[in-house]
Amino acid sequence: MFRSKAFGLLKPIPSMSGQPNLAYKFIHPAIASHGYHCHRRSVDYRQRYKTCPGSAGGRTVMAEELPGVLILDIGGTHGVLENLAALLKKHFRLITMKEFLENKKEMSKKIQSVFVFECRPTIDQELLESLPNLKVIGNSGVGVDHLDLKMISNFGVKVTNTPQAVADPTADIGMALMLASARRLVEGCQTAVSPDTKYFPVDWLGVEVTRATLGIIGMGSIGYRVAQRARAFDMRILYHNRNRRRKEEEEAVGAHYCEKMEDLLQQSDFVMLVVNLTPETHKLIGKKELGLMKPTATLVNISRGAVIDQDALVEALQNKVIRAAALDVTYPEPLPRDHPLLKLSNIIITPHIGTATIQATRMMAEEAIANMLAVLNGQPIPSEVFPK
Amino acid sequence: MWYHKPVINEELLQSLPNLKIVASSGVGIDHLDLNLLSSHGVKASNTPFVVSTDTADLGMALMLASSRRLVEGYQMAVSRDTEYFPADWLGTEVSGATLGIVGMGTIGYKVAERAKGFEMKILYHNRNRRNKEEESAVGAIYCKKIDDLLQQSDFVLLSVNLTPQTHKLIGRRELELMKPTATLINISRGLVVDQDALVEALQNKVIKAAALDVTYPEPLPRDHPLLKLKNVIVTPHIGSATKKTRRLMMENMTESIQAGLTGLPIPNEVF
Repeated sequence: MFRSKAFGLLKPIPSMSGQPNLAYKFIHPAIASHGYHCHRRSVDYRQRYKTCPGSAGGRTVMAEELPGVLILDIGGTHGVLENLAALLKKHFRLITMKEFLENKKEMSKKIQSVFVFECRPTIDQELLESLPNLKVIGNSGVGVDHLDLKMISNFGVKVTNTPQAVADPTADIGMALMLASARRLVEGCQTAVSPDTKYFPVDWLGVEVTRATLGIIGMGSIGYRVAQRARAFDMRILYHNRNRRRKEEEEAVGAHYCEKMEDLLQQSDFVMLVVNLTPETHKLIGKKELGLMKPTATLVNISRGAVIDQDALVEALQNKVIRAAALDVTYPEPLPRDHPLLKLSNIIITPHIGTATIQATRMMAEEAIANMLAVLNGQPIPSEVFPK
Repeated sequence: MWYHKPVINEELLQSLPNLKIVASSGVGIDHLDLNLLSSHGVKASNTPFVVSTDTADLGMALMLASSRRLVEGYQMAVSRDTEYFPADWLGTEVSGATLGIVGMGTIGYKVAERAKGFEMKILYHNRNRRNKEEESAVGAIYCKKIDDLLQQSDFVLLSVNLTPQTHKLIGRRELELMKPTATLINISRGLVVDQDALVEALQNKVIKAAALDVTYPEPLPRDHPLLKLKNVIVTPHIGSATKKTRRLMMENMTESIQAGLTGLPIPNEVF
């Protein structure tokens, strides 16, 4: 197995009274991981998840006494992965949607939290009304555009996400898509394996990544990690962000701030979208923006499908207004099977796999658990999300 | 000479009495019989440095595509049968993993520079050890024995040149030393790997996956087992296939040819 890429976020506090120990001290991820740059993956988190920590002879906590967490399902097509369910069970009583619906009267009072995995279960008014003791919705993943934050807040329920766990794998996918698109990797594979291939044509070329210009729109946690990776390829890095980063941060990755997004679009060979989806970023990239890009440029989207005007993108790709696109996200997901984006030759689409790694799904669950427990225990919450 | 053609043999050399120089595109010269050329008084050149960054970039592209199952993912995203994206479909991470570079020449070193951006732990094996500054610049740890590298790496990347010493460098024994969760990436030459042993290793899950820009021969016969395995990515030897680099290669070659014809010292001459 890979080196354990995990960090412990929960440190059990020994119980004084012998009561079931639900108290966990939250360790800030930066401390738990010994700082970002040094051996962040060598911390053994396994020790920190005992349910009877500290005092010798402490009794085992019964599952029924643990706070209830609602999940859609375990396993299956959209359910929580089994190994993640096992993590949840150490701190919560797991209640599936099926169990809840079959026994609403009894279950509804027990549910203090909901673990939202791959945007499920859907959080609507009806559900919130039926969970009187709900305190927190712990989202697996950083995007919360699928949650009505205002409505949830009106019920006095907190929402948390997992910004730490998603950053590296999502930055990796951004780089993977940029490289695959530039070097025509998918097309190349098809040529290499096709039964019709007799020889490899010499006039088959891609475009360079090293020393090209990368424009990052959205320089948050993920965007900054993309910049760190791109710098290793000697890329010239431009960025556009709501707020400018500090000088030291810019210099560390050699990034130049573009106050106007137009400047970034006009100069970049690769434009990468790494914003979150909000009313302000909805259709951020439309016909005008695509028209400003170089005809040799590639658009890479690892944010949300709705950040791009998809119809405008189809047109731009068909008319060679831009060279190519590489999308991990679309709207909707999956696209309808007859959608024009699926038929274009100058596009790569991946099925929203930005955090689809064994390590990342585990870390997201751990981060969500730490957040939910912090809310339930009245402790500082690592990553709460507030409505605007 | 572009893409190893035309083939230079005794017959051709005898029919070209005034031939002074063979300028070969790319850095590999395993397709040239240097002794034969030399016996006819013909010089040879290659294009070593211009291909380095593109080839390193492709090595990274293959590593990322393989670990994140990019090609499979693409097929799922566009397939007519896809109704939803399943939750239990996962790849493995590149960031923070261990990369073992076999062959730390110009290309291998550029791979190390790129891998550092992903906070990978970098091991390398080379005929000669690099100096301390070079090692610490990329955080690379020298493995005098290739076995040590093979046993510890999550990704093994081959960037050696093809010589009698590196022919079938990676065979059954080496594949078995690798982790069962490891991926083999080849951006050197097909013959550096014992292909039959690789097929067996992939079929029996001795290693997890392979990503190959080079095979032997190229293209592979259409019924070759490597083309059918799910855990293999093959690309059609595109390590240097970008507009800019091909142009630079051509410029290098014309420089070498001009020097060869005027009797001046030949840039990028190979002996």
